[in-house]
Amino acid sequence: MDFSLSPEHQMTQKMVRDFVQKEIAPVIKEYDRRQEPIPFMLKRMGELGILGLPFPVRYGGQGMDYLAWGLACEELEAMDTHLRVVMSVHTGLSAMSIFQWGTEEQKQKFLVPLAKGEKIGCGAFTEPGMGSDVAAMRTNAKRDGDHYLLNGEKMWISLASKADLALVTVKTDPSSPKPSSALSTFIVDLHSEGVKTGDIHGKLGVRAGSTGWISFTDVKVPVENRLGEEGEGFKITMSAFDHGRYTVASGATGIIRAALEASVKYAKTRTTFGKPISEHQLIQEKIAKMSQDYEIARLLYYQVGWLKNAGKRCTRETSFAKKFATEASFSAANEAIQIHGAYGFSDEYDVERYLRNSKGAMIYEGSSEIQTLIQAGYALGERADKPLRCEAPAYDPEFWQN
Amino acid sequence: MKIIACIKQVPDSEAKVKAEGGQVTWGDAPLVINPFDEYAVEGALQQKEAVGGTVTALCIGPESAREALKHALAMGADEAILVSDPALTEIDSVAAARVLAAAIKKVGDADMIVFGRQTLDNGSGLTTAQVARVLGLPLLGLAGQIKVEEGSVRVERVIEEGRVTVSARMPVVLSVVQSIGEPRYPSFMGIRKASKANIPVWSLADLGVEAPATVVKRTELMNPPVDETKVEMITGETPEAIAEALVEKILAEKVL
Repeated sequence: MDFSLSPEHQMTQKMVRDFVQKEIAPVIKEYDRRQEPIPFMLKRMGELGILGLPFPVRYGGQGMDYLAWGLACEELEAMDTHLRVVMSVHTGLSAMSIFQWGTEEQKQKFLVPLAKGEKIGCGAFTEPGMGSDVAAMRTNAKRDGDHYLLNGEKMWISLASKADLALVTVKTDPSSPKPSSALSTFIVDLHSEGVKTGDIHGKLGVRAGSTGWISFTDVKVPVENRLGEEGEGFKITMSAFDHGRYTVASGATGIIRAALEASVKYAKTRTTFGKPISEHQLIQEKIAKMSQDYEIARLLYYQVGWLKNAGKRCTRETSFAKKFATEASFSAANEAIQIHGAYGFSDEYDVERYLRNSKGAMIYEGSSEIQTLIQAGYALGERADKPLRCEAPAYDPEFWQN
Repeated sequence: MKIIACIKQVPDSEAKVKAEGGQVTWGDAPLVINPFDEYAVEGALQQKEAVGGTVTALCIGPESAREALKHALAMGADEAILVSDPALTEIDSVAAARVLAAAIKKVGDADMIVFGRQTLDNGSGLTTAQVARVLGLPLLGLAGQIKVEEGSVRVERVIEEGRVTVSARMPVVLSVVQSIGEPRYPSFMGIRKASKANIPVWSLADLGVEAPATVVKRTELMNPPVDETKVEMITGETPEAIAEALVEKILAEKVL
């Protein structure tokens, strides 16, 4: 078994790290305080190829593998969560789903501009009255000749007001006995008539990130914009979450690392009772826990990256990685504040931002509770992966890079 | 146009460098491309984009220096060459210049040879001039802007009193400063290319030169003296009493 990263992976880490250190570190505090997105962020991530990192060159991507995608997420979120959120919703939920489920025409029309960063995508699944409970979904689409008419509202959508298109899962068959067969997924042009978007302010964390709502009033969506078959929306959404959760897991690993690094640095310089606090055992215990959690979280998401590269289904392993890393990141940030004492409580230091940012990931893309149910389902033999009509493609350097 | 960017691998700028047993150590801090040389690669790539041609990254160093060359490749250099030989472990700038000059000749037909302004480790900033001298080529040092026109290179240099523009016929040796422009990040395509690149290693025998004599030798190496500071908190019952005690202290210490 080889746990080492290839030179490609190491250079990807360094490149993304250099980018966030040079361009995001100097401004993140200011934009987080103002609760505003950094104006140049999406454009720069597009120019640098980060938005299209894990897609084949033939589809406008950078031809890197799934593990490199996770490594980039770790680096991005070690700086700030909102950067990784872009990788979750633009690259993961929307572009990766089109790559997995889309027809060749859909890939050419929608994936290429997304991978190149010329257009921004998001994923719209959650509603004001519904998250994980898909049976309660109210947004619907009715077929009308060569198009569908979409009505309803989606909420808590990252990049809602910034995106050009959204992957939207809606109810198309209200009479279906199985809630999961009632859904279909569409690629919706957010510049269409009848689409309204807005931002949500006052979030606990990810304040430099754009989160909002999208409402649809008789929005005409051409039939050729339906992703997959009618009734496949649930499967598409769940596989989209497999991709999204992978980015959340690898990103949260970055928060653990950032909290650990900040704590080590502070503990070595701050003295109490005549010695650096790093020499106090109770502080050492906190640092040891962070360091152990970082290692576990890293190995869990590396495993998912490896499984994705091999083209193997990994809903179970992704769930382990997502739940562990997000909870450990919350705990690491919390302990980092404790180590920093009163300074940690102030936004003079970054650790309070890490804590605020880490909480959301325990709720979105399948809460910790949902992850627990998934894991129990597998462990008890009550849940098994059925083959999908379109499996996520295994990484093939030849196909990806030529 | 054939451009050669000369680079070096150095300890990361955040490394804690210290003297230990007469040797320099930087612990397990990573080795990186000399930050000033990233500007050299950037300048070289800008000229390639402006007038066409190729960029070759050239480096003297041990096997580990491949990583610095890979960085240059990932930024967009077309090829990379490592000059490595056990006889080159401890060399001064004159020796480095002779070896680099031999390698530049072996590459052949270079129109422009670009250096960073200095290295982060030795920092003498002399190698550029010495390479120009050994090769008998004009030197355009500390260039902030470069423009190639009709076989000549014109560079703009910022000096205290203003700007100076100088030019020379190619081939030329250049050193560049930060105003050349921020070094680009490696592209993902560059990263893939760099990770697969076959970097040839030239020994002194390959270059057909003898181990150059080192003229300047390091005779002593020491850490900077530790500056011990003392902090004394002045306390008192009232602000006036504290101020009085502070004034007495300042006068006693002859600060004023």
